[in-house]
Amino acid sequence: MKWETVIGLEVHVELDTKTKIFCNCPTTFGAAPNRHTCPVCMGLPGTLPTLNKAVVDMAVKAGLALGCRVEGLSKMDRKNYFYPDLPKAYQISQYDLPICTEGAVNIEVDGNKKTIRIHRIHIEEDAGKLLHDEYEPFSYIDYNRVGVPLIEIVSEADMRSPKEAVDYLRAVRAILQYAGVSDCRMEQGSLRCDGNISVRPMGQEALNAKVELKNINSFKELQKALEKEEKRQIELYSFGQGDQVVQETRRWDAAKGRTISMRSKEDAHDYRYFPEPDLKPIVVRDEQISMILKTLPELPAAKALRFKEVYALTEKEIEVLTAEKALSHFYEETVKAGADAKISANWVLGDLLRYLKEKEMEPGEQQVAPSQLATLIGLVEAGTISGTVGKEVFAVMFDTGKDPEVIVEEKGLKQISGTDELQYIIEKVLKENPASVEDYHAGKKQAVGYLMGQVMKATGGQANPRIAKEMLEEKLKA
Amino acid sequence: MVKTVMTLDEYQQLFLNKQASARELVMETFARIDKVEPSVKAYLTLCRELALDQADRQDKKLADGKETGKLSGVPVALKDNMCTDGIKTTCASRILEDFVPPYNAQVTDLLNDAGAMIVGKTNLDEFAMGSSTENSAFQLTSNPWDLTRVPGGSSGGSAAAVASGTVPLALGSDTGGSIRQPASFCGVVGLKPTYGLVSRYGLVAFASSLDQIGPFTRNARDAALALDVLAGHDEKDATSLQYKAASSYTKDLEQPLKGMKAALPKEYMQEGIDPEIKQVLLETAALLETLGVDVDEVSLPYSKAGLSAYYLISSAEASSNLARFDGIRYGYRPEEFDNLEELMVRSRSEAFGSEVKRRIMLGTYALSSGYYDAYYHRAQLLRNRIRQQFVELFSRYDLVLGPVTPSLPFVKGEKTDDPLEMYLGDVFTVDINLAGLPAISLPCGFSQKGLPIGMQLIGGHLAENKLLKVAYQLEQQMNLDLVSPVAREVLK
Repeated sequence: MKWETVIGLEVHVELDTKTKIFCNCPTTFGAAPNRHTCPVCMGLPGTLPTLNKAVVDMAVKAGLALGCRVEGLSKMDRKNYFYPDLPKAYQISQYDLPICTEGAVNIEVDGNKKTIRIHRIHIEEDAGKLLHDEYEPFSYIDYNRVGVPLIEIVSEADMRSPKEAVDYLRAVRAILQYAGVSDCRMEQGSLRCDGNISVRPMGQEALNAKVELKNINSFKELQKALEKEEKRQIELYSFGQGDQVVQETRRWDAAKGRTISMRSKEDAHDYRYFPEPDLKPIVVRDEQISMILKTLPELPAAKALRFKEVYALTEKEIEVLTAEKALSHFYEETVKAGADAKISANWVLGDLLRYLKEKEMEPGEQQVAPSQLATLIGLVEAGTISGTVGKEVFAVMFDTGKDPEVIVEEKGLKQISGTDELQYIIEKVLKENPASVEDYHAGKKQAVGYLMGQVMKATGGQANPRIAKEMLEEKLKA
Repeated sequence: MVKTVMTLDEYQQLFLNKQASARELVMETFARIDKVEPSVKAYLTLCRELALDQADRQDKKLADGKETGKLSGVPVALKDNMCTDGIKTTCASRILEDFVPPYNAQVTDLLNDAGAMIVGKTNLDEFAMGSSTENSAFQLTSNPWDLTRVPGGSSGGSAAAVASGTVPLALGSDTGGSIRQPASFCGVVGLKPTYGLVSRYGLVAFASSLDQIGPFTRNARDAALALDVLAGHDEKDATSLQYKAASSYTKDLEQPLKGMKAALPKEYMQEGIDPEIKQVLLETAALLETLGVDVDEVSLPYSKAGLSAYYLISSAEASSNLARFDGIRYGYRPEEFDNLEELMVRSRSEAFGSEVKRRIMLGTYALSSGYYDAYYHRAQLLRNRIRQQFVELFSRYDLVLGPVTPSLPFVKGEKTDDPLEMYLGDVFTVDINLAGLPAISLPCGFSQKGLPIGMQLIGGHLAENKLLKVAYQLEQQMNLDLVSPVAREVLK
């Protein structure tokens, strides 16, 4: 039997505001535990939340970037549950009136455009973090993250494979990064994702029981977790154990590479949502929406179109370059600094990406600046250094952020283009290899290659190959 | 120093005319507290040193010729559910028995800034849930008019503190009558302002959409003076109104009442009301007419339904507001526990009193999936109806006259075994909270046994001025002797 997989994603994104959603504590990542807390975000008795207006603006911006309808009237609700990382024992969220609805994100499936619909986007506050020490009989709680503003983007169940889900998440991430509402770093938790997945016989209309997958921390894990769960469900249905596929929440265990049941539908929390009486409803006026629309920068789709027209890059190059805002920005800055569009793309997609990957860094975290890469490209083009040396210089630039001229100078990497110096070396090589010279005159033109090799060797690779070859051939013909 | 039960105004006059220093006034306050507290037990915490420090600051200001505050020289008490930086704020609950907030409530700041001297924190029903202050985890407060009786609640400590003559001003909070009912039981003035007029920041929440802070005073003029200090927008409270009265609430007190229209709902006089209270209600209505106010009998068909809507909404909100007391970060926790769940369950089971537990369970049930529509949602619809009913009424009338409670101050222990009976006592007050309106409880007479009887004057949105004016002029006409036996004893 052929099976069809149905996937929907719930994506949580931390908004990049300076302060938390209901108090003035900073949102910066990495502070000492509980440094960024105050009576309000700690939910001490008597304190009250006040809504940070920047959160509403950013949520609206995210909604507009994701093609959503912005709701003129929305409200905050309380989601009640007990957990030590939740100081008020309720999360202030949005229940039945979210700030944005009905969006759409385009992905590509087998060369065709496919639209994944967004059901809703709502605003909520983040919770703290429990830290377990296996040698202690207790746990620590870090409340720095409590009250960091989040949006939750809920897709429709429009994805039909783990690959589509990953593509959708990448597209959402790129759009939000471009819009400037979040840095979307999965490893720091500013982008988090839960997957809802079910399978059904191809052609069946009704949906089967869906499973919610939690604890997914990277794109790779998302793909793996969905594939594993897809396989588990298909196997159960195929072997007549379909009754074991039940609506439940399963936790992805990356180390073990499998999903583990957390809680069934019967154990599901009753969150007892009700309207947050401490906050007024959120009203977004049309003027506010048009103001925010004006601040929305060029988004990935538009950028890809422009890259095609202006820089004449290939589809593949454009896809990779525009997937990350920081990468496309780096690329454009390099070109702006005077480097050739095509050559810049080769450098960015080649060496820069490779080193980022090797060092496990995100685009934008590198030391080297676009203007420095442009200078390096200039040095290679001018023949001051060879292409091979250029790659060597880039490696140093990447690690140190030093200017390429400085590196070339320090390491004595300048190409020998001076004819006097080359003249001397070529004559010496010819003198030392009479057999090859004879071969050349006997018509074996490939002898030039060997002789060039000797010239390069004699100069420690610093001879300008184009000039050296011209001079060598001239000498041989003479 | 003059040995009388003084009004707020009189304290301030003594201070400003340098007949008594603020320090002397605080010392006198504590002398009175020391005399009456053994029998009244209105206070949970006394702040002698802090009050004296504040007094010295006021004395220095006056001596230096600097401008003093609107409440300089006035000793005040706060209900112990309002946060005081560095001073225990217990909500009369075991769960917060040792809780010392690192911040002030907005009203605490306002009182301090106005030069008032906070002398203590007063007793209440645990988390303000109750009508007799008998739900306090720590002590029973007595009614200064009859020590065998309750002072009302939940702000019973604040009402008793003013009625026993220890302070001229105490703050209470009113979620369903918790200022007005104890004011009526203790023969003092209690004002519940329009929802949002006084900031709730730092008031430990019971039911956020209903809670409102207000003053207990000896008369209407003092209530106006207190409101001058307390009212105003606070950016820390998102539900705080963007409103500030143009001038003092005392400004219109003497303006004639002629031409005003008052409504007297007939539902307020039907079965269940004590005949002595009904008698005072009718006398007050008659008195209003002699002052030139037209009094019409009207009908408020939803007035009985308010009670169920109130208990559902307030308990639902309470179940959520009180969920944070889990033993994790502060407050009571058992000494030993084996796991997280046990820590939370035991903290809450051992440290909450039975009334609090009852409301948490009721509220949790009302919000549960499958029951939300039948209970919480319907209660909200009813709340809107009640609100509309009052909007309509206040388009035709300036105020509504009614009783505060259906019964006289009762004897301690009389109703503790029957929570429903206790809830029914709130029938005349809860609608006002559901509608977010202002109301004053004004002493208007006595029972044959000499127990005070208060009447309720209800106003439209932000109509505090009108209410205070009517209350003030009724006081002038009635000229009741409102010094309680306990206060009288102190003066000897």
